[in-house]
Amino acid sequence: MTNHAGGVEGLPREKVEQFDRELSRILDRYPPDRKASAMIPALRLGQTLFGYVSPAVQALAAERLGTSPARAEEVATFYVMLETHPFGKHLVEVCTSVSCSLSGGDRLWGYLQQKLALAGAGSTPDGRFTLREAECLGSCGTAPAMLVDEEMYEQLTPQKVDQILGGLK
Amino acid sequence: MSETLILSARWGKPGSAKLENYRADGGYQALDKALGMEPVAVVEEVKKSNLRGRGGAGFATGLKWTFLPKDIRPRYLTVNADESEPGTFKDRYIMEHDPHMLLEGIAITCLALDIHLAYIYIRGEFAKQARALEAAIAEARAAGIIGPRLLGKKDFALDVHVHRGAGAYICGEESALLESLEGKKGYPRLKPPFPAVVGLWGKPTIINNVETIANVPWIVQHGGEAFAALGVGKSGGTRLFGVSGHVNRPGVYEKPVAYNLKKLIMEDAGGVLGGRKLKAVIPGGSSAPVLAAHEIDISMEFDAVKAAGSMSGSGGVIVFDESACMVRALARLARFYAEESCGQCTPCREGTNWMEGMLHRIEAGHAGAADVARLEQVANSIAGNTICALGDAAAMPVQSFLKKFKPEFLAHCELRRCPCGDTAWGLTQEPRDAVAGPMRYAR
Ligand SMILES: Cc1cc2nc3c(=O)[nH]c(=O)nc-3n(C[C@H](O)[C@H](O)[C@H](O)COP(=O)(O)O)c2cc1C
Ligand code: FES
Repeated sequence: MTNHAGGVEGLPREKVEQFDRELSRILDRYPPDRKASAMIPALRLGQTLFGYVSPAVQALAAERLGTSPARAEEVATFYVMLETHPFGKHLVEVCTSVSCSLSGGDRLWGYLQQKLALAGAGSTPDGRFTLREAECLGSCGTAPAMLVDEEMYEQLTPQKVDQILGGLK
Repeated sequence: MSETLILSARWGKPGSAKLENYRADGGYQALDKALGMEPVAVVEEVKKSNLRGRGGAGFATGLKWTFLPKDIRPRYLTVNADESEPGTFKDRYIMEHDPHMLLEGIAITCLALDIHLAYIYIRGEFAKQARALEAAIAEARAAGIIGPRLLGKKDFALDVHVHRGAGAYICGEESALLESLEGKKGYPRLKPPFPAVVGLWGKPTIINNVETIANVPWIVQHGGEAFAALGVGKSGGTRLFGVSGHVNRPGVYEKPVAYNLKKLIMEDAGGVLGGRKLKAVIPGGSSAPVLAAHEIDISMEFDAVKAAGSMSGSGGVIVFDESACMVRALARLARFYAEESCGQCTPCREGTNWMEGMLHRIEAGHAGAADVARLEQVANSIAGNTICALGDAAAMPVQSFLKKFKPEFLAHCELRRCPCGDTAWGLTQEPRDAVAGPMRYAR
């Protein structure tokens, strides 16, 4: 094997090594001739390690999975949980789908914009928060719901939101 | 007579997700029984059970299994845990609180169908549930229940893996799910061929919903006839109904498949909020045509809801009280379908965006009666003209809301604003105490 680490422009070598170690565990789940199936988990791993799914991360995943960067890009741009641009340290996604809004989701969305001084979806100037609306999160019975850094919070009120965001590092 | 609970009985018991507790409650005995049966006999029980798919279409599960071509191997199983249809929130509790029940169902299904590799495709937003499944799989593997042998008894290799999605409603559609599992964007495939014939990596693949597969151990343990006897006609068993929106006690209720919808809302879910009158009910996930208040005294059985002009779909019941604005609700639904259309078919890609825009204008009071008529035309021209059912799913709410609540749409046009204003989502907009089977969630 040639030394690929660092071969993908601009990505720090130690992180690429970590990517490779963790990717090899992910690949255990797929037949050896079906590595490309791991594209979503590979890109999510890349997002965790490198911050977002940049073209370099796409190229890294594509190369390791034996497929084209075009394939990686197609996936990176299709799924909402894959971020192709840098985003805030904490990602807050409020469900405003129907069942949540019938229980206050739409109002919570208003509250969060006010709290973070944002008009609509976006990131705070200090880069601490990125806020956006989410579609149904599968928590309609315990509405309203939101995801913060991909963990689910339910039966939310403005007070609970204050607590949750206040407890973040 | 006490109610039979197949799916939710163990939820909330301390350590319910742990292997030792599952076994203490009789877990994996059905797999043991299945090991002593001919595979065809297992399929026969599932056929006799009248189990119908719980993912939305209500297709007969045993019949689907017989569509596998006889001599092509390998075959695969994919369990659909995408659970993304607005108003649907049931599979998550199975995965969180009884993951071994699902795993046992997977093992029995694979044994019966000679499948050695199964994937659970779970929506990316379900982090906790994915962790619970992964922990259960690791336990089962370490205990020798799956792996090179089944239950340590039979030389039958079985691997089960969790594949996490990354946020795309369309990946719940079975052929888009397969594309996604192959590492591509979720573009649905043209059918036929159906996945049972040409599926994952071009091989025969059975796709079933989480709840569907979770029923299999009970069916094997108690027999297909006992399961069928819990239902009526061609539908057997119980179902997890999710009730959300304007009710006093939202949550998941396990009831016989043919349970009465009105009773579910008015009694089990505690009736309509604030003592207000009921306005409308979406009975089976956001794609199901809406029912007006006077239309809900019906059985939730698949064919019965169909006869009432809607679908029991995913069993997600969304309730609107008289204070809700149906235009606001439909505008929000239209936005969902516009966002989630994968963009492959022109009528769906363009049509869902037009509908969203028109509904936004109607809701804001910037449209006239002619726009309402045009909205209906657009919906009619999407339905039936797309590769997958997302197009129909987007059109049906629009068609049914207009059919049943047109005066509300016209009132927006005449008043040039939403008559409800700030309370378009209802007079009470707060979290409420909720229920999931035997579990209680205080607000
Ligand atoms: C747009 C769309 C979204 C769907 N989403 C889901 C889903 O989230 N979960 C699910 O089980 N089935 C979903 N389905 C239905 C699946 O295509 C498929 O019919 C089902 O998984 C089969 O399993 P079953 O027979 O056990 O119900 C969806 C269908 C469509 C058209
Ligand atoms: S509508 Fe918000 S979780 Fe379902």
